[in-house]
Amino acid sequence: MEVIRHDVVLVGGGGAGLRAAIAVAEADPELTVACLSKVYPMRSHTVSAEGGAAAVAREDDSPELHAYDTVRGSDYLADQDAVELFVEEAPIELTRLEHWGCPWSREEDGRIAVRAFGGMSVERTWFAADKTGFHMLHSLFQTSLKYENIVRLDETFVTRLLVEDGRVRGVVALDLRTGSARAVLGRAVVLATGGAGRIFPFTTNAAIKTGDGMALAYRAGVPLKDMEFVQYHPTGLPGTGILITEASRGEGGVLLNANGERYLERYVPNKMELGPRDMLARAAILEFQAERGFKGTYGPYVHLDLTHLGEAKIDERLPFVRELAIHYVGIDPVKEPIPVRPVVHYMMGGIDTDGNGATELPGLYAAGECASVSINGANRLGSNSLSECLVFGARAGRAAAAFAREVDDRNEPAVPEQARDEEGRIEALRGKSGGERIVDLRREMTSAMERGCGVFREEDEARHTLQTVAQLKGRYTDLGLEDRSRVFNTEIVSALELGHMLDVAEAVALAALERKESRGSHTRTDFPARDDENFLKHTLVRFAPQGPKLDDKPVTITRWQPEERKY
Amino acid sequence: MEEKRTIRFEVLRFRPEQDEEPVWQTYDVPCRPDWVVLDAINYIKDEIDPTLSHRWSCRMGVCGSCGMMVNGTPKLTCSAFVRDYPDPIRVAPLSNFPIVRDLVVDLESFIEKLERVKPWIIRRAEKDPALGEYLQSPEDLSNFKQYSMCINCMLCYAACPVLLHEPEFLGPAALALAFRYNQDSRDEGERQRLGVLNSPEGIWSCSYANECSEVCPKGVDPAAAIQKQKLLGFLQWARVVAPRGGA
Repeated sequence: MEVIRHDVVLVGGGGAGLRAAIAVAEADPELTVACLSKVYPMRSHTVSAEGGAAAVAREDDSPELHAYDTVRGSDYLADQDAVELFVEEAPIELTRLEHWGCPWSREEDGRIAVRAFGGMSVERTWFAADKTGFHMLHSLFQTSLKYENIVRLDETFVTRLLVEDGRVRGVVALDLRTGSARAVLGRAVVLATGGAGRIFPFTTNAAIKTGDGMALAYRAGVPLKDMEFVQYHPTGLPGTGILITEASRGEGGVLLNANGERYLERYVPNKMELGPRDMLARAAILEFQAERGFKGTYGPYVHLDLTHLGEAKIDERLPFVRELAIHYVGIDPVKEPIPVRPVVHYMMGGIDTDGNGATELPGLYAAGECASVSINGANRLGSNSLSECLVFGARAGRAAAAFAREVDDRNEPAVPEQARDEEGRIEALRGKSGGERIVDLRREMTSAMERGCGVFREEDEARHTLQTVAQLKGRYTDLGLEDRSRVFNTEIVSALELGHMLDVAEAVALAALERKESRGSHTRTDFPARDDENFLKHTLVRFAPQGPKLDDKPVTITRWQPEERKY
Repeated sequence: MEEKRTIRFEVLRFRPEQDEEPVWQTYDVPCRPDWVVLDAINYIKDEIDPTLSHRWSCRMGVCGSCGMMVNGTPKLTCSAFVRDYPDPIRVAPLSNFPIVRDLVVDLESFIEKLERVKPWIIRRAEKDPALGEYLQSPEDLSNFKQYSMCINCMLCYAACPVLLHEPEFLGPAALALAFRYNQDSRDEGERQRLGVLNSPEGIWSCSYANECSEVCPKGVDPAAAIQKQKLLGFLQWARVVAPRGGA
């Protein structure tokens, strides 16, 4: 088995991963950082982000205000020390990206332009038309090419963390091109693998968002935090789940029900279309329940009306929205409203980290959507996540570089054996005989998750989902695979991804069952009120061979005491 | 709900461990009327033949993974609707690249070409981000914005008639990105890119067939970028070389 050694091993080549790679490369030119991605980095899901990235940019704004909006948006579950770091560093990071070539949209005088976004009390969302994630990712990727100490291992799928003597030692990964497992050893490992939207049937998330890093850390004993908090974006296209950015509302778009009413009057009268995502997603579902939605092939929907913005503004600010709507639903938003419905978009939860991305396991760091620092708490504000990738990607990269400089490679006699074990596990999947099909287990998992862990949840359904996922994990051991070949065997990748998703889904279902209150995106119809006395705390889910174990930890509150959240 | 229609797909298979050369394989797929070609390929993978390999991810035309030849034309399969094609639909890996397996092609040559054109901002001195952004007017931005829209999907490489005979040609996407940075008011690296752009694999190999711009799903117009770069390259050459006794 091939063994490669680098100083830092980075898993994931999206916004957080590439930012971390550059941070390591700049921290010490003597260090080498291996950047492992299961795709080519510019395919990473950061590419699909549309609306923008938040950071204080104007005289009418301040870090305190950005922090307060974020904490309030999080329904007071964010760690306020982390939020304070975040709002201080976000403007520097977005400016740095400007210096690296990101084509931010501009004011006439040449300054960065900013736009309004949901839950933000002033305009502070930087944007590159409505392809912000695309431009950020390609700017980062192209910039990363100039560092000789960043060694990319593209299309390399990480399947296990190697741990010995109480710290992480590297990873085992499947090289898709050859079909061989390799051990990539390093003194620090950074996970930046993104979210897990694919555990649900209807999601904005790309096919690759299968919770890999979350599952890797979880299996290595690191807890997952606040997994019950799943963000539904209020405006996805029916059928495909393609995202229609919140910027369309930031630019003035309105939501209408089948009676032509701006129904948000009933739910968030002071913020209307610029209310936070959790409230807008619930509002749409309540409209559907009251039979005030339009009826369509893919279920009920509402209208997002941009027609009053005019063609010039739509083409300047929202060209991608126009392209997507024309192409995928045959509707030109200049002339007609776009059909939209709530769609799974983002995991607030993830690998439990501190403000440097450090986890409980020495040497292991995480950043971006796969991590939970947590600045997002129970509900993320739109446009905070792209900035989060940069701020905490950079912090995790610097911390990993510092850790790699301090420790040595000794005391890892069991690592080769662990690596060979993992190679054996992968090999055993190749053409494995068994009675279960990947597609069936995946479909049953996603439909159970929608039933028990959707926008509205209650005890019996959540429990049933948890049981279903546990049963699916049992059936997973009887998976049958047909492809016996080595070169680019994507069936093995799908099987391994399904294993990751089942672990993540189980953590989500357990956390959703056990949080007996409603907070942010987690709405329990049987416990409709927020309960600070019992639940102003983070949920932790820990791996155990007999099934997941629940734990918790306190929320850090610095300056903003919990108050009722009204918009 | 509208009726499903069974469409015949002919897919080019190549498994290097067992096949001497690529072979066509036929699948009959029950398609919904609003399906894209990628939906059908995914259906084959999930329900009919799990041994078929292909790349895909965002299914919204921005990640650039799912480019394939559809009835002989390079397309993003997530944006090519089955209703727009006559039966049968032929799907093959992108032309002008070696096949790794089935619909998966070898992109390593593109990554090397991309690195060679230095697609990053080059400055004589870096500015501290704490001092703020470089000012750039909307007009400055519009000078290069179109050429920054490339998603690296490689449809232009599959369409390029030069690459068919000269695989070393840097190609439309890499050259358009070089031009994008040369046109960026923040960049000072034009001279550093001059050598590679004027090399035998560079802009002068382009025969201006315009095929690249016709297949580009993002309206980048790499052919125009290359022609404009030729003009700039000539002017630069005249400025730099001529005064020292060149022409």
